[in-house]
Amino acid sequence: MRPLANPYDPKAAALRCLNFRKRILEISQQVGALHIGSAFSCAEIVECVYYGLMRNSGEANAPADTFIMSKGHGCMIQYVILEALGILSKTDMAEYCTPQGRLGCHPDYGTPGIEASTGSLGHGLPMAVGMAIAEKRKKDPGIIYAVLSDGEIQEGSTWEAIMMASSLEINNLVVFIDNNDFQSLGRTSETHPSFYPVDQKLCAFGWETVEIPGHDSSNIYRTIDARSGKKPMAAICKTTKGKGISFMENVPIWHYRSPNHKEYKIALDELRASHPGANF
Amino acid sequence: MRNIFAEALYKAATANPDIFVVVADISPAGSMADFSRQYPDRFINVGVAEQSMIGICAGLALKGCQPFAYTIASFSLYRPFEFVRDDLGYQNLPVTVVGMGAGVIYSTLGGTHHTQEDIAIAGAIPNMQIIAPCDPLEVVEAVKYCAKQRNGPVYLRLGKSGEPELTKQAIEPWQFGRLRYLIRGTDICILSYGVVMKHANEVAKILLKGGKSVSLVSAHTLKPLDRENIENILNNHKKVVVIEEHVPEGGLSSRTKQIAWDIHASCELHCFTLKDAFIHRYGGHDDLLAAHGISVKDILRKIE
Repeated sequence: MRPLANPYDPKAAALRCLNFRKRILEISQQVGALHIGSAFSCAEIVECVYYGLMRNSGEANAPADTFIMSKGHGCMIQYVILEALGILSKTDMAEYCTPQGRLGCHPDYGTPGIEASTGSLGHGLPMAVGMAIAEKRKKDPGIIYAVLSDGEIQEGSTWEAIMMASSLEINNLVVFIDNNDFQSLGRTSETHPSFYPVDQKLCAFGWETVEIPGHDSSNIYRTIDARSGKKPMAAICKTTKGKGISFMENVPIWHYRSPNHKEYKIALDELRASHPGANF
Repeated sequence: MRNIFAEALYKAATANPDIFVVVADISPAGSMADFSRQYPDRFINVGVAEQSMIGICAGLALKGCQPFAYTIASFSLYRPFEFVRDDLGYQNLPVTVVGMGAGVIYSTLGGTHHTQEDIAIAGAIPNMQIIAPCDPLEVVEAVKYCAKQRNGPVYLRLGKSGEPELTKQAIEPWQFGRLRYLIRGTDICILSYGVVMKHANEVAKILLKGGKSVSLVSAHTLKPLDRENIENILNNHKKVVVIEEHVPEGGLSSRTKQIAWDIHASCELHCFTLKDAFIHRYGGHDDLLAAHGISVKDILRKIE
């Protein structure tokens, strides 16, 4: 196992993810509309992209990477990270889903830190491919990172883009498939058993493909950092919907609902107990 | 129009390195050959995959490029409609969706290849602009506009091939968003756009020969529609005739009727549109238009 290439520290990452989950729960007590299960399932992936992988120096001619939350309903994790990075304000978060606010349940292009409007599934990857083409014209092109849900790969447009990415020899595109095995009506693997294993399909379409645990930040980081860079890459991340809260894990209703006060307190207790460094 | 469009786009792309052409399995060697040969890095054929054609154009535009999505009209707008709406309209990106061979121009190919409702559909999308040139000269002007505008998406509705030049002697220049008088008179005003302008032009010529004072007006920009000048037309002519290759709902005819009602217009108003029907008949473009009730003879008989 080779050492991490930058100061990305998995212990610090785990603490950050803990606090992001806590913050999402806090906001859930202000406004009822949330997709907590979806946000928790990709917390480590999105944290790793923002804190480990993305280059956003802001200097002239320096490569700047792009993040697309194609599974737009999971955007609470992106919002709380953008808040932690100072790109969104406390006020923005306080006004989430309120008449005066600019943050809704799906990310909107034009909001600081949001590179594309998503929410309708199957849109993020075609847009990411277009962005990757545009970036490839540069001497040091930016990398486009996208997070897709496993339900989303049932969309035909996603496969159009998968086909295009390798045909166009795009090598600055990294896709994470948040494989929590749930969609609204049940398990994705039960909706389309013939679809699995997914990695072989992507591989056959000319992608560099891996299957990794999706809640292990250092593994996610190392895997992407070690990619060949010759092909578009897809990391199929095995995740748990509602990860970290016992009564939310793998329970589909937590795609939609928000915890009541009692559930909120239990959830906080569970988070606190799960991490020795938690100080809330 | 197809070849002129390609030439104009090639010229625009030479001046603007941000122009991309994304096609969906069309014009392999024909009109786009020069562009694809000269600018292979800016020519993308997605294949038979129109949703990703629009999504890729959106991604390019999000990174500052000026993309054109190009294929047969029904497949450029209808097939990927939600992508046009969400990716281009909602995000308000400067992508030109080119609908080639719009209307019933693909006469023998049947209803799957006809684009009878596109103005209504594209026009209902917030932020969408619509341009439908009536001849190759207007195509050139429209491409110049689309190649540099940053206002949002454009649906550019084109014919196919062999359309005559009708605007060489126009008394007004082409200007985005403004009606354009090709001929100015006082009795009858014929208002049209797109390929069917050829019929409007013939009707105007016959009326002129008969001693009438006729205006012939190109409504090349359907959205935003030049409401002020439509009001002027309704107020300053005894008879107004709208001719369009589009269903009665949501096109120029219905908009003109709406404006006429709003201003209590007192002129006669005659609208000739495609029927609200799929007509299972084949033959040439003119045969299809005639089957829908749009022929020079029919128009003259009904308005005189």
